[in-house]
Amino acid sequence: MNLRALLLASAVSGALFSVGAQAADMTIGFSQIGSESGWRAAETTVSKAEAKKRNINFKIADAQQKQENQIKAIRSFVAQGVDAIFLAPVVATGWDSVLKEAKEAKIPVVLLDRDIDPAGKDLYLTAVTSDSVHEGKVAGEWLVKTAAGKPCNVVELQGTVGASVATNRKKGFEDGIAGASNVKIVRSQTGDFTRAKGKEVMESFIKAEGGGKNICAVYAHNDDMMVGAIQAMKEAGLKPGTEILTVSIDAVPDIFKAMAAGEANATVELTPNMAGPAFDAVIAFKEKGTVPPKWIQTESKLYTQADNPMAVYESKKDLGY
Amino acid sequence: MALRLPRIGTSQIVALGLILVANWIVSPQFFDIRLQDGRLFGSLIDVFNRGAPVALLSIGMVLVIAMRGIDLSVGAVMAICGAIAASLADSHSLPVVLAAALGAGLLCGLWNGLLVAVLGIQPIVATLILMVAGRGIAQLITEGRIVTFTSPDLAFLGGGSVLGLPTPVVLTLGMMALTLLLVRGTALGLMIEATGGNPRASALAGIGTRFITVAVYMWSGLCAALAGIVASADILGADANNAGLWLELDAILAVVIGGTSLFGGRFSILLAVVGAFIIQAMNTGILLSGFPPETNLVVKAVVVLAVLLAQSPRLGGHLAGLGVLFNRSKSGGRRP
Repeated sequence: MNLRALLLASAVSGALFSVGAQAADMTIGFSQIGSESGWRAAETTVSKAEAKKRNINFKIADAQQKQENQIKAIRSFVAQGVDAIFLAPVVATGWDSVLKEAKEAKIPVVLLDRDIDPAGKDLYLTAVTSDSVHEGKVAGEWLVKTAAGKPCNVVELQGTVGASVATNRKKGFEDGIAGASNVKIVRSQTGDFTRAKGKEVMESFIKAEGGGKNICAVYAHNDDMMVGAIQAMKEAGLKPGTEILTVSIDAVPDIFKAMAAGEANATVELTPNMAGPAFDAVIAFKEKGTVPPKWIQTESKLYTQADNPMAVYESKKDLGY
Repeated sequence: MALRLPRIGTSQIVALGLILVANWIVSPQFFDIRLQDGRLFGSLIDVFNRGAPVALLSIGMVLVIAMRGIDLSVGAVMAICGAIAASLADSHSLPVVLAAALGAGLLCGLWNGLLVAVLGIQPIVATLILMVAGRGIAQLITEGRIVTFTSPDLAFLGGGSVLGLPTPVVLTLGMMALTLLLVRGTALGLMIEATGGNPRASALAGIGTRFITVAVYMWSGLCAALAGIVASADILGADANNAGLWLELDAILAVVIGGTSLFGGRFSILLAVVGAFIIQAMNTGILLSGFPPETNLVVKAVVVLAVLLAQSPRLGGHLAGLGVLFNRSKSGGRRP
């Protein structure tokens, strides 16, 4: 369309499709949950960057963890007549009426990071989420490969009891190691997704398993717990990363620092770039009428010490994690 | 007075002993202690090290509760002070860091104290304000992320050791000794008990109840600040979302387990600290047991119930833990 946008788009990313440039006049509203975690902050930062890449006018409404604020934000986006609405739903239910309003206004809604209940209905265009069962499976498969047939006792730091992410990551990991009889989970406790609890639980695991001698690997449902567990291992005189393997999920910057120091082995990324695929889907839908599938799964990329962790740390540290 | 103290504490000390024995049964290496990098290392040490933050909180909380108050904000104050300490650790010297964090704790306590003593707001409501807002303040300080630091000075307060004992334990013992000295070495403790028992009569008798109330809330803030510093130093970072989360409830529970009545009056700092270690001994035991995590809270609830029942005068005072129901003659001793 206009030359500047075209030049900008191609300069920012060579991989960008030509539709990116045509989206110049698009306005998209994003109802973000709030700043509940570092990952959420990174998602906001990355979403802004992705919007800029595509030259999209991007409006973010911070809901401060309240559904009523999100509903208000969606209504105001509808009133403004935006081209599309992104929604990171704080809870799964109670969206029917407001999403119907958006539908009547012919504004497509894309869910980011979380699905709503009932899923798959025609109230939204598509949901861009990661598959937390798959994340656990990637972690499990990495461990099976790394253990290479040798017996390996795993201790597991679970997320908050009852949280669906924790349940799924546990199930996925169990699926991942199901085929390998040499790898088995010997202890499993909740570390509530926090560093402090991860450290405390790991301390007791070490004592319960002969000072850590019986532990071959630690699997944590998130990186923060692993950072705590690494401290516990070091304080017990163990060498995480060499004596005890570590694998966790999320790929927050601090775990890359630990990987660069040789104290952590692997992490599976929960990408903060949910908006990128969502933008592409909306653009394709608007320009060509391509209806995307109801679920767009983001990539669960595995990072190890071989992936230049320091460089990844540098690229992630300013995203707001 | 001097003779009554050990008798009052029997049920708590027996309970702690029983839980430690139970831990030893589920995990035979429980009492193994060795030296690791000049620091004592073992599950028993973990109980005291991990219990230190709640023990610190309970030292302040027991005084507040003795005044018939309650301080729900201590968890949030921990988060604020931990965040301040972690943010300053790499750019300032340790005395500055500590002064800033402890000062913030005192300020939070002053706020609570003024709301309660000067404006006459119910303690549960007054401190609820800071409980909710405080976590937000902490998140503002950390900008919503986990602020990490590398300063070895601050790290020493969480992971270091003095004569083999982990620093948090030493700090807790120090704070306890200081508080005991202040309230039991002077008439201050008596005044706190009097204020809790009957504020009006105490004021008429010439006790500066308003001043004492503010001072006690400030002391609770100071204890919370220290607990926050320890928690931050332990994980080498400040996690504003989770630091001290729900610990106010553990601290209140510790005080109650320690036999101090929520109706104010007589209190025991020592037993509140024992109460905190009872809670932690239980937590550590659950972690060592290998029970599925879904059962954690149920186990905890059953044990707390048993400890509190054992203390109940109607359930037979000093026959702690046995649950003997027939000792009715002793029931007059304490308020239920």
